[in-house]
Amino acid sequence: MIKKVLNQYKLFIGAIIAIVVLSFLNQEMGQRAIGMTTFSFKEMFTVLPPVFLLLGLLDVWVPRDLMVTFMGEKSGLKGVLLAIFLGSAAAGPLYGAFPVAAVLMKKGARFSNILIFIGAWSTTKIPMFLFEMAALGRTFALTRLMINIPGIIIIAILVEKMLKKEEITEIYENASKI
Amino acid sequence: MSGYIMYGLAISLLILSYVKDKKKTRMAIKKGWRSFLNILPQMLGIVTLVGFIFAFFNAETISRVVGNESGWTGIVLAAIVGAVTLIPGFVAFPTAAMVLQNGGGYMQIGAFVSTLMMVGIMTAPLEIKYFGKKLTIIRNSMAFIFSFFVAMAIGKVMGL
Repeated sequence: MIKKVLNQYKLFIGAIIAIVVLSFLNQEMGQRAIGMTTFSFKEMFTVLPPVFLLLGLLDVWVPRDLMVTFMGEKSGLKGVLLAIFLGSAAAGPLYGAFPVAAVLMKKGARFSNILIFIGAWSTTKIPMFLFEMAALGRTFALTRLMINIPGIIIIAILVEKMLKKEEITEIYENASKI
Repeated sequence: MSGYIMYGLAISLLILSYVKDKKKTRMAIKKGWRSFLNILPQMLGIVTLVGFIFAFFNAETISRVVGNESGWTGIVLAAIVGAVTLIPGFVAFPTAAMVLQNGGGYMQIGAFVSTLMMVGIMTAPLEIKYFGKKLTIIRNSMAFIFSFFVAMAIGKVMGL
């Protein structure tokens, strides 16, 4: 039991030890590492609880056939737009997208829509866009958005083409177990 | 800001769900909690490791690597740095603005911002857990290559 827990947390424990050692060797660098880690922890624990709560609600309340209608195999443009919207409206780092994508798959969303959703979550998030505009200017942010929207759709289509049918089925089976 | 919206949405839907069906609501919370615990160990590890790596970066180091004169070498290096690191946007964008002021080039920054958001070397173990090795590798490689197109577009538009 303890061994299993230790094994699960080995990366975490190792990284903490690395930061402690670094702090002894170089105080300034240690402080930077601790500052960044604290910052990311705060982000993680403020952003993730609602994401997982919504994920649980989605899993329990949204029936499979509804998801299939809106994001499934035959959902067409509606599915693509919904995938972009869901991904862009989200908050939080990319790793938050994976469990949500797993639930969408479990409910029968089309594979390319899942990939578009992940692409949108990674790079066209609305809150991040506003922030990017403030820091780097409107032209910079808009140019990136304009090329990103077709970009994530093209990547989604190409990725889907590069995987075999059985491989996609396997990913879906894996998602339903999580 | 967006965090509050997410909380507001989650809490109102939770209340609505509870009013409609208590048992289902309990199940939803349990499911959400279980998926959270499922990725928690790896997430804690990754976030702490990224903090450690961040100690070796600062705006001056980055500016030196991705200066305006650094050309494609700088763009490639910027893309690699973005792919490896996992910095929240509200740290990354001001840092990028600072790098620009210190003489960083627009194309380099474009590549950095793009891979930072789309490519996740550090989060790859998590991605593999959900999507398998092959998909993770393909998705990240394609996003990496795509970032060079973004860099070129940014270079064209910002150079005008």
